[in-house]
Amino acid sequence: MGMTMIEKILAAHSVQDELKPGDIVNARVDMVLGNDITTPVAVEEFNKIGVDRVFDKERIAIVPDHFAPNKDIKAAEQVNMIRKFARKHEITNFFEVGQMGIEHVILPEKGLTLPGEIIIGADSHTCTYGALGALGTGVGSTDMAAAMATGKAWFKVPPTIKFVYKGELKPHVSGKDLILYTIGKIGVDGALYKAMEFTGEAIDNLSMEGRMTMSNMAIEAGGKAGLIAADEKTEEYLKGRTQRDYTVRNADSDAEYEQVIEIDVSQIEPQVAFPSLPENTKGLDEINEKIEIQQSVIGSCTNGRIEDLRVAAEILKGQKVNGNVRCLVFPGSQAVYKQAMNEGLFDIFIDAGVAVSTPTCGPCLGGHMGILAEGEKAISTTNRNFVGRMGSPGSEVYLASPAVAAASAIKGYIAGPEEVK
Amino acid sequence: MVFKGKVFKYGDNVDTDVIIPARYLNSSDPENLAAHCMEDIDQNFADEVNEGDIIVGGKNFGSGSSREHAPLAIKYAGVSCVVAESFARIFYRNSINIGLPILECPEAVQATETGDELEVDIDKGQVKNLRTGKTYQAAPFPPFMQEIIKDGGLIEHVKKELV
Repeated sequence: MGMTMIEKILAAHSVQDELKPGDIVNARVDMVLGNDITTPVAVEEFNKIGVDRVFDKERIAIVPDHFAPNKDIKAAEQVNMIRKFARKHEITNFFEVGQMGIEHVILPEKGLTLPGEIIIGADSHTCTYGALGALGTGVGSTDMAAAMATGKAWFKVPPTIKFVYKGELKPHVSGKDLILYTIGKIGVDGALYKAMEFTGEAIDNLSMEGRMTMSNMAIEAGGKAGLIAADEKTEEYLKGRTQRDYTVRNADSDAEYEQVIEIDVSQIEPQVAFPSLPENTKGLDEINEKIEIQQSVIGSCTNGRIEDLRVAAEILKGQKVNGNVRCLVFPGSQAVYKQAMNEGLFDIFIDAGVAVSTPTCGPCLGGHMGILAEGEKAISTTNRNFVGRMGSPGSEVYLASPAVAAASAIKGYIAGPEEVK
Repeated sequence: MVFKGKVFKYGDNVDTDVIIPARYLNSSDPENLAAHCMEDIDQNFADEVNEGDIIVGGKNFGSGSSREHAPLAIKYAGVSCVVAESFARIFYRNSINIGLPILECPEAVQATETGDELEVDIDKGQVKNLRTGKTYQAAPFPPFMQEIIKDGGLIEHVKKELV
């Protein structure tokens, strides 16, 4: 019997010939990740276990990115605590401000997440690595602590839903629109306790950036993982990024899926998810009201890669941000930052009246660097529009692609790129 | 383990951002987390909750962020257990790992209102509504998870394994 991607990856990491949904395994993990919010709790739990060393200092990544550069004294204390831990255990992949970026942008960039691997992260968007054909999945701090000690984690093998995206995308329709459309279709618990596999010609044609955007938001449908088969594009992306060997573990042709959902992408318009759930999606053509916004955020682990910034710059070129809007751009990493700068994108942004920031998760989770007041509305390329997500519980977040966020920043209300001429 | 407590009931998709907003995550101090638990969905919760009370939620309880601070805030607030129609998977995992008792029991949730008193038997997976006198049965945890629960959470479980 054939296996799905997640069954194959879990089987290889738990030395099983075959696995089926419902089986519980204790699997070896290739990388354990934490950030400045989740790692402090993990360190406390790790210390309770009473081991004096981590399982492998090269297979742990700690990234202060949420409240970093430190937003206040408490945040500074938390980062200091994990910095000391990283030094004590000689953690190779501790990324200090200056080298750091948003965790899910820098780990693939640095070749730390490879096809066929298992990466657990004390951050829900660890599912991003599915785009490289890896099992990336979010866990909590205690799981992170246990895995830092043992190099293992327990998993229940989930059933898989296969999504087949057929046809060609319309102009200005991106991976973000595909995943928002998908979440709108199946709901925020549509893939609860399940894995998602994204397949079809539209996925084959998508860039690595677009694929990472899609896998990143699998969790917004409740998914354990959002997997995409590794192909030539993946190999091309990984060239020069890693010396580590890896084994591609794509699905067998006779793998068994719980459900197969076919989506004709040629009919999909740019999508906007209305407050306060990512499933409240509408195509731009279905929005009949003028929704004025006060902030436009372009960046994050969902849309903070070079392609995202290029798309935004293309629309903002020669334009001005509306006088009622603050437009903020957050490159996902130092490498993205440098590339955007060298390509002249910052000139375009600054001339348009956009504020460009050092990499941080800041505004996405209402941490710092772009908090909303009561009654304010933001359009954002981030991944969550929950109540109070970006600031006051009385503020609202609309999720969209970089193209729509850039166009809306210019118009002052939610608008598509077609409206900006 | 049998818990008896007053019910605070919420709807579907209660996310970890409303359970404990990110603005309080610059500290994992128990008092800080308990003081702001459920703040963005129920401002009175922290004042009104008593030791042993029970949170009842709809579908996909604990969705969103992986922050373990969410089940911790609930635990530190004195809540004895959470009963929901379903849990988001990371919250489910985190609760078992930190030893916060949870049960999935849609029938019990649908028949429960805020202010009701519930008696929850975690080992048997039974939820009794003391207002109506009716008892509901939840699906039992798989044996592997029962072991972690019995050990008092993942850290104690791992300690045992490493010895």
